[in-house]
Amino acid sequence: MEKGHTMRTPEQIAEQCEQIALDDHLGEVTKWREETGGHAAGHLPVYTPREVIDAAGMLPVGVVGSGEMEIIRGDAYFQSYICHLPRSVVEMGLTGRLDSLDAMIFPATCDVIRNLSGMWKLLFPEKLVHYLDVPHNHDPEVGGVFYAGELRRLAKDLSKISGVEVTDDALRTAIEKRNESRRLMRKLFDLRSDSPEKVPTSELYVLMRAGFQMPQDAHDALVKEYYEAALASSRPEFDNARVVVIGSFCEQPPIGLIRTLEKAGCYIVDDDLLLGAHFILDDLELEGDPFTTLAKSWFDHARSMPSRFVPDEVKGEYLVQLTKKRQAEGVIFAAPSFCDPALLEQPMLQDALERAGIAHTSFKYAENNGQFHPILEQAGTFTDSIKLWSEAS
Amino acid sequence: MTEKKKDEKEIPKEPSMIRQKELISGYYDELATAKEDGKKVVYTFVPGNLAELLAAFDVLPVLPEINALQSGMRKRSRDYIATAEKSGHSEDVCTYVKCDLGMMEQGIGPTGKPIPEPDMLLLSYTGCFTFMKWFELLKERFPKAEVAMLHVPYQGDGEITKEMRDYTVKQLETEIVPKLEKLTGKKLDRDRLKELLVRSAEAEEDLVWTWEAAKHRPSPIDGYFGGVFYIGPIFTAFRGTQEGVDYYRLLRQEVQARIDAHEGPITPRGQLNDQKFRIVVEGPPNWTSFRDFWSMFADEGAVCVASTYTRVGGLYDQGFRHDPDDIMGTMADYCLGCYTNLNLPQRTKLIAKYCEEYEADGFIAHSVKSCNSFSAGQLLMLREVEKMTGVPGGFIESDLVDPRYFSAANIKNRLESYFQMLAQRKTGGGAKSMEAVL
Ligand code: SF4
Ligand code: SF4
Repeated sequence: MEKGHTMRTPEQIAEQCEQIALDDHLGEVTKWREETGGHAAGHLPVYTPREVIDAAGMLPVGVVGSGEMEIIRGDAYFQSYICHLPRSVVEMGLTGRLDSLDAMIFPATCDVIRNLSGMWKLLFPEKLVHYLDVPHNHDPEVGGVFYAGELRRLAKDLSKISGVEVTDDALRTAIEKRNESRRLMRKLFDLRSDSPEKVPTSELYVLMRAGFQMPQDAHDALVKEYYEAALASSRPEFDNARVVVIGSFCEQPPIGLIRTLEKAGCYIVDDDLLLGAHFILDDLELEGDPFTTLAKSWFDHARSMPSRFVPDEVKGEYLVQLTKKRQAEGVIFAAPSFCDPALLEQPMLQDALERAGIAHTSFKYAENNGQFHPILEQAGTFTDSIKLWSEAS
Repeated sequence: MTEKKKDEKEIPKEPSMIRQKELISGYYDELATAKEDGKKVVYTFVPGNLAELLAAFDVLPVLPEINALQSGMRKRSRDYIATAEKSGHSEDVCTYVKCDLGMMEQGIGPTGKPIPEPDMLLLSYTGCFTFMKWFELLKERFPKAEVAMLHVPYQGDGEITKEMRDYTVKQLETEIVPKLEKLTGKKLDRDRLKELLVRSAEAEEDLVWTWEAAKHRPSPIDGYFGGVFYIGPIFTAFRGTQEGVDYYRLLRQEVQARIDAHEGPITPRGQLNDQKFRIVVEGPPNWTSFRDFWSMFADEGAVCVASTYTRVGGLYDQGFRHDPDDIMGTMADYCLGCYTNLNLPQRTKLIAKYCEEYEADGFIAHSVKSCNSFSAGQLLMLREVEKMTGVPGGFIESDLVDPRYFSAANIKNRLESYFQMLAQRKTGGGAKSMEAVL
């Protein structure tokens, strides 16, 4: 903070972030474009290496749907048994809310996102549509080479729009800068775990989500500011239950749902909300071929998640370890309705938690849910039972 | 019920159908005694399956989707799905997976005989993310099974690039073949594989001929409901075998005889010679009420002249043939080219092409709840096909193997209105598109 400025409270920063994050017209992106004349590339929620977009001189923008917006046309494109996210994304596209994006990247996540990439080609033939495959073969000479090639193809596609060639040096610089953002985010995640009363997830979440619509430097500054403000805050500590929330990596729950969990007595100490923003939190190497570095990060540094195949992975082991690392007392499965990846993964994770004696509960949501009372009840009962259990043992 | 049974008896079966049934039930018999016979068992999926490679190693493939659809047809799936849901699987997810897991839990296969446990889970990952989760779930159940992953990149840009092909070939060479060699304790016999591929191409030739026979009027085949019988052998364990070649030769002769006699295919309502509507269908059928579903078309005089579901195990009619002179490359091309690995614009174009080439009167999307791979985007495809061809689309919904989602009355109503609209169009009036009807 510069001298002379009053330090903002975490609540004030979070309020600003919420406005940016939940603006389904992507106002910040439009503003950035007007100010800089630059190009922007959207990407669907789950992991896209933003470094490639940075190095192509473009603004990476996370397109995560919207639960706030009225869906008028989007529903006509999807059957009732398909999750909600593609409806709001299509609605955003058809109503011009995504006009500020010159490209859309669809990372391999599930069949819905995959097919949405083709729909985009049909609906918006004038835009660049890029489907980004990810490797399920983990041999660096096989899957690694393929994925590095995929990233090069992405770089080439984006360069055609921005006119900026993605050189190795530019990509290395982008990785270095993103390492800094990752460090900041890592610190904040650790602070949340150490002192969850200082960093409520409802605030951390909007802070992360604002980063999906802002230039990196401006967002880094916000994260720093929030970190300092949260650290300095003196919020009362409650005897809440420490929980990990899992299953929300793609379609996002309404912010009201996160607040409901907090109201029900949860300290969310880790989660996979908006996973693309924290899928990789380690520093990546700066030596060697930068495309290979990014490719390798998929194998060596990424979080476990349903769309990422890992040979010989003991399903749920990652979650058990995460729960232990964060000293969480239970896990809440919160998955979007009709989300095959999350819901097919869930029983395997639940088995692992049971083997490890970790309490869990589950519910489903849609991004446009407005009724939180049943969740308040369920989460309240869950936290009570955790607390009773820990007192008894 | 008794009525239906009587019906079934009265309808003569085509010789190829009888042969197909024999092949499939022989296959299940072989599976039932696989362990006693000392055979290794490899679970794998239909789209992008490596039938010839498995046969070259003398291992037996188990195709979980085939188990699921057989369970559906034999009315066992409801029970299997209920078992899986009771043990914690969500009602929202693909019912093929739940049907299979429920079946495993009950320990009995669709024919009432046990299915052997896998020695290997060979995930040739083509065209569907759910496959991956499915095998992870099976891995939990069979922890001793070796897992081999063949990641087949998706045709996001509507083409197979050199990089995609190289990646697939490399995986075959460095991952799949070595793991099969380890499993069986023998080296891959490349000459044998070559011979198998020669036979595949031979059978593929006859299958394509059969598909194209639907261009005749009346069409001698039903390319959707009848088509699922025709694909049985080539999509499963019989590609590359002499039995497979013989089956497709028999099928071809049978279809030729019907062309010569100006006859249509045999349907649950008897031979369909008076064909009022020629229909292209997108999406898999419903298996639990398969005969009823087919009858709804046959009752209206509708014959399906082409379908996309029958292309999930290979787009042979678009020119692909297994090439014995490039054993790894051809397997890669096969996997990369399956229908479910096409992007939406490609799928749309293909359907439009079918509508034109087969002179279809209508196009119906059967959307199944289970399958995001097929269903997501289908409504847009429907509109695009209409725009491209002027052929009016119809839309119906149910599920593959979960009978709770097959609402016979609803589907029948929709189909009746749809065919009425087609009839009016033929006489020069009526609504011009599905929106006006559905
Ligand atoms: S919410 Fe799940 S099913 Fe829907 S798009 Fe995301 S990953 Fe796919
Ligand atoms: S989602 Fe579709 S393609 Fe995938 S396993 Fe289920 S039915 Fe098969």
